[in-house]
Amino acid sequence: MREIRMPSLGADMDAGTLLEWKVAVGDKVARGDIVGLVETEKATMELESFADGIVDALLVELGAKVPVGTVLARLRDAGEAAIEAPVIAPAPPPPPIPVPVPRAPAPPPPALVRSSPAARKRARELGVSLTGVAGTGPHGAIVLRDVVPPAPRAAPPPVRTPTSMRQAIALAMSRSKREIPHFYLAHTISMKHALAWLTEANSTRTIQHRILPGALLLRAVAVALRDFPELNGFYIDDEFRPSEEVHLATAISLRTGGLIAPAILDADEKPIDQLMAELQDLVVRARGGHLKSSELTTATITVTSLGDRGCETVFPVIAPPQVAIVGFGAVLERPWVEGAAVVPHPTVVATLAADHRVCDGHRGGLFLATLDHLLQEPAKL
Amino acid sequence: MTREQILAMLRSMVRVRRFEERCAEDYVAAKIRGFLHLYIGQEAVAAGVIPALGPADSIVASYREHGHALLRGIPAAAIMAEMYGKASGCSGGRGGSMHLFSREHRFFGGHAIVGGGLPVAIGIALADKLRGTRAVTCVFFGEGAAAEGEFHETLNIASLWRLPVLFVCENNAYAMGTALVRSEAEPAIHKKAAAHRIGSESVDGMDVVAVSEAATQAVERVRETGAPWFLECMTYRFRAHSMFDPELYRDKAEVEAWRAHDPITTFIKRMTVTADELAVIEREAAAEITQACAFADAAPLEPVEDLLRHVRAP
Amino acid sequence: MKMSYRDAVREGLREALIADPGVLLIGIDIGKYGGTYAVTRGLLDEFGPERIRDAPLSESAFVGAGIGAAINGLRPIVEIMTVNFSLLALDQIVNSAATLRHMSGGQIEVPLVIRMATGAGRQLAAQHSHSFENWFAHVPGLRVVAPATVADARGMLATALRERDPVIIFEHVQLYGIEDDIEPAPVALDGAAIRRAGNDATIITYGGSLPRALAAADTLAAENIAAEVIDLRSLRPLDVDTLVASVTRTHRAVIVDEGWRTGSLAGEIAAQLGERAFWELDAPIGRVCTAEVPIPYAKHLELAALPSVEAIVAAVKEACHA
Repeated sequence: MREIRMPSLGADMDAGTLLEWKVAVGDKVARGDIVGLVETEKATMELESFADGIVDALLVELGAKVPVGTVLARLRDAGEAAIEAPVIAPAPPPPPIPVPVPRAPAPPPPALVRSSPAARKRARELGVSLTGVAGTGPHGAIVLRDVVPPAPRAAPPPVRTPTSMRQAIALAMSRSKREIPHFYLAHTISMKHALAWLTEANSTRTIQHRILPGALLLRAVAVALRDFPELNGFYIDDEFRPSEEVHLATAISLRTGGLIAPAILDADEKPIDQLMAELQDLVVRARGGHLKSSELTTATITVTSLGDRGCETVFPVIAPPQVAIVGFGAVLERPWVEGAAVVPHPTVVATLAADHRVCDGHRGGLFLATLDHLLQEPAKL
Repeated sequence: MTREQILAMLRSMVRVRRFEERCAEDYVAAKIRGFLHLYIGQEAVAAGVIPALGPADSIVASYREHGHALLRGIPAAAIMAEMYGKASGCSGGRGGSMHLFSREHRFFGGHAIVGGGLPVAIGIALADKLRGTRAVTCVFFGEGAAAEGEFHETLNIASLWRLPVLFVCENNAYAMGTALVRSEAEPAIHKKAAAHRIGSESVDGMDVVAVSEAATQAVERVRETGAPWFLECMTYRFRAHSMFDPELYRDKAEVEAWRAHDPITTFIKRMTVTADELAVIEREAAAEITQACAFADAAPLEPVEDLLRHVRAP
Repeated sequence: MKMSYRDAVREGLREALIADPGVLLIGIDIGKYGGTYAVTRGLLDEFGPERIRDAPLSESAFVGAGIGAAINGLRPIVEIMTVNFSLLALDQIVNSAATLRHMSGGQIEVPLVIRMATGAGRQLAAQHSHSFENWFAHVPGLRVVAPATVADARGMLATALRERDPVIIFEHVQLYGIEDDIEPAPVALDGAAIRRAGNDATIITYGGSLPRALAAADTLAAENIAAEVIDLRSLRPLDVDTLVASVTRTHRAVIVDEGWRTGSLAGEIAAQLGERAFWELDAPIGRVCTAEVPIPYAKHLELAALPSVEAIVAAVKEACHA
């Protein structure tokens, strides 16, 4: 079976209308015969058969407009059987095209702020808005020269960036106040005997080896702590770990601001001279930035003395994970009752801040009393 | 002429005829697109002239050039692939039916502007002359080209500069729909060549033997003298100008009358070609075309990414 | 070496004829007449009539002949007397020279050089004053150049002769007499040249308009506007990169083109700048072109029609919102 299709007769031909058949079913057709007429938009063209055969069926009715490639007729070889096939009828006329309703004209757009692309780009880069900028270009357009960098504002107050030391102190003190339930005890101690002893002791020492009152106070604290383990140790992971050694940290203020509290290790075992020497060394090294890490991490208790600032009473903050801190104010002449008389004595106010999770006021009070006793017999320290 | 030569001539014409018929079928089936101009009826001209040319000679033709390309030696497969727009076509799919090219065969197109190939042809001949190659440039064109100014400019320069060109005018009496008698005051085209002092003659373009004899002599003359020659071949195309031509400009009776001069059937009769001899030729031609179409069908399309391949970026 | 543009072209032709026996010149009155603009004077005597071929007044045929000769191994340089007569050869230029490579799938090359005089300004009236560079620059398959300096006139030909595609060289009639001191050397066909640097505005031009653009830049400089002047040199392909880089700095562009304004090459350049430098523009792109009128004969009318220094200055000032 061979097919005769609607031919393509040009690049712009999509469809053709079958005008006329020149053959009927059953007719013999030879290759090259004209079997019909086809109308296109441009002209009426002959429909050629490219094969020999007998017309088996004419599949498209006259007047039908069909796309290029549509089978119009079939040819069979002599001896082939005929086939029934539906005939394509002409397409119904297309529906009329509705006339479009004219639309109301769109409202005029709001007035634009005209600005050149370069001006807009510059404004974006500078982070300035074009609103309110007076344009000096054509039709008041904002142009490049109209876009100026914003006027510098009055300089904001300088921000002091905290040093890392300050930050460290802040962190530690905040944590201390957050986590440690402090209680405070204060006790005024007469230093008459202590200072008298120091004067005598220093008379037999060179200036380099002179003992300062601060060292004596440290020694007294270290010795007193032997009897008060609940003040010497670490509170870690919800439990108190008392320390067998007394590593006494002493707060040293730094010239650059801030303070540091390196420890004198095993302070209770070091005689007063050694304590003094180490204290001096610590101060020098602390201020020079040459402390050992063990000195910074192992303190079991801290002593802070603000005596040379003239402050009477210190209310110190415990340095976690320690559980206590002892403060000393200035050594001041105060009226003291001796027997029935009131006489001036050099006195110092000693304060204890202690962690109430570990220690009670009763014990704290006993500690301060012990401290007092020790300082009344300085020769034994 | 030997039997071999006779059968060779017939084979040429039959190959072209069947090739063109297949093109018509493929065009109608939309496998070939654009414009298609068939050579059916004019085969004797190409079959008579082209064998007279050598491999160093050059050919320039018009847009009705499938037969010329085929007989020059461009494989049918390459031509059909070009028609189908495939990358394996003789012009890479870039030209189509009207722009067949093959550098290897010195086949320089395939020109779609009527008369447009004429100036190019004299340039090719100029180069051969200056390089002393003794090659001949053969340019085919229709009688419609005689109306273009370029025709006269070209003949004039070819004559003035003595260029080795064989001008072959295929006078098929119609330039698309314009009959020659309606467009040329002097319809004898070869006389126009004479006006430019170019030797010329007119032959029966439906008689392949006459064409062959005239062309063989002409080519030799051009090669020897270096001067141009003008060969007008009176011929006829049995089909329309192109596939989309309703032929309103000529009578069916006229076409039928010319079919009596079909170059193939008249040659078969005159040379008493036997049914067997013809059958062999037809079978071979059919096989050639079947193979060509299979090749063309299977051939790939050029990738779109290569669109700008043959031009520099703007 | 001091030489005129005319001499530079002649020397370029001589050098080509000497270097390659395949080079030949074809054109009207290039031999015995010595060339309408005296460019080819003396070449016939030096190289003979086979290589310096006077052609009949058959632009289509002799341009086509140039195409055929180029296809078949020679290196013809075709001279079309002026762009005004190129219209007669447009079919061969567009439908043969520009298309043969492509239509043949890359097999056929047309290494042809076509030289044409172009432009107005000598009261030659409507049919002898055209600027159709844009028509040729429109066609893929052609290279189009417009040497505007003596150095380019001298050096572009040698480079063009190494191309394997057709090259059209436009020589503006008002440039033939300009002189300059140059070192003869081949120059690139591609690439625009900044003839004068500046940061306030970019003036883009080609060919015969270059001297006027430079004169305008002088006037503007006296008013404190530093105009950059760019000579396109190549019209197809256009060196848009150089133009974009300049406009990115200056934020304004004015294009000077002797073609008529509508459908001008300036329009193409403005579109390209609009595409690639939109965000840098502080003003609309200006065009200074020939008025929409066939070129008149009377001098004052011709001057009023063509791009003038005053018009260029005004356009730049407008772009600067000055």
